[in-house]
Amino acid sequence: MDLGLDVKEQGKYTVLSVRGEVDVYTAPKFRERLIELVTEGKHQIVVDLEGVDFLDSTGLGVLVGGLKRLRSHDGDLVLVCTQSRILKVFEFTGLTKVFAIHASVEEATSSS
Amino acid sequence: MAVEDVALEIPARAEFVALARLVVSAMAATDIQLADERVDDLKLAVSEACTNAIEAHGAAETDERVRLMCRADDRGLEVRIEDQGPGFDPGRLPDHPPVTDPDRLKFERGLGIPLIRALVDEVEITSSQSGTAVRLVMLHTTDDIVD
Repeated sequence: MDLGLDVKEQGKYTVLSVRGEVDVYTAPKFRERLIELVTEGKHQIVVDLEGVDFLDSTGLGVLVGGLKRLRSHDGDLVLVCTQSRILKVFEFTGLTKVFAIHASVEEATSSS
Repeated sequence: MAVEDVALEIPARAEFVALARLVVSAMAATDIQLADERVDDLKLAVSEACTNAIEAHGAAETDERVRLMCRADDRGLEVRIEDQGPGFDPGRLPDHPPVTDPDRLKFERGLGIPLIRALVDEVEITSSQSGTAVRLVMLHTTDDIVD
């Protein structure tokens, strides 16, 4: 099981597209990549979850940690997700109120 | 329907959680009375329970395997996950701050058990100093039956 992580720049935003399954095995790779981006000075990050087949609470923990890290740099982390089975994980944990969740990368990168 | 049991033992390592999910999916595929969405919910709950079990074995520094037992019967699909970790008190899990509280971001962990409780129809957690057993049940409902 592999996790795909692709990065591209879009205006002032850095878009991190995630593909595959995010669980206790793959989450460390995801966390490391996010930390690398923040360390490189990328402080406006869009995490695109449209290619994610599965996400559990370890994946949520990576995103919460990323948001916390970015807020400490006056940055932000927003999400792109339209899949109901992934959105449900955010809804059940109340994290829809913590993260801005957009329907597309275009929407996320034009929202502010 | 006949009662069908499947048992699986996995090494307590992170890479095997995906195998546990796969087995639950395959077991659910034999149970035509569970809708796909509910199978996804059960898979997620099993993943959370297996993650906790593996972490418990890490804390206990044991090489023992984590056991899974799946049972399909007339009531639904039941999965039992057993570890031999140090145990915990399921009634005394820390509360997270409200999601509107900035301190909420201090909590990257501890979402697994609340998520499990939200996902499946029945949850039973039995824990002692010699291990924890988590029993998850997804019941058949009339909504699941496909014509």
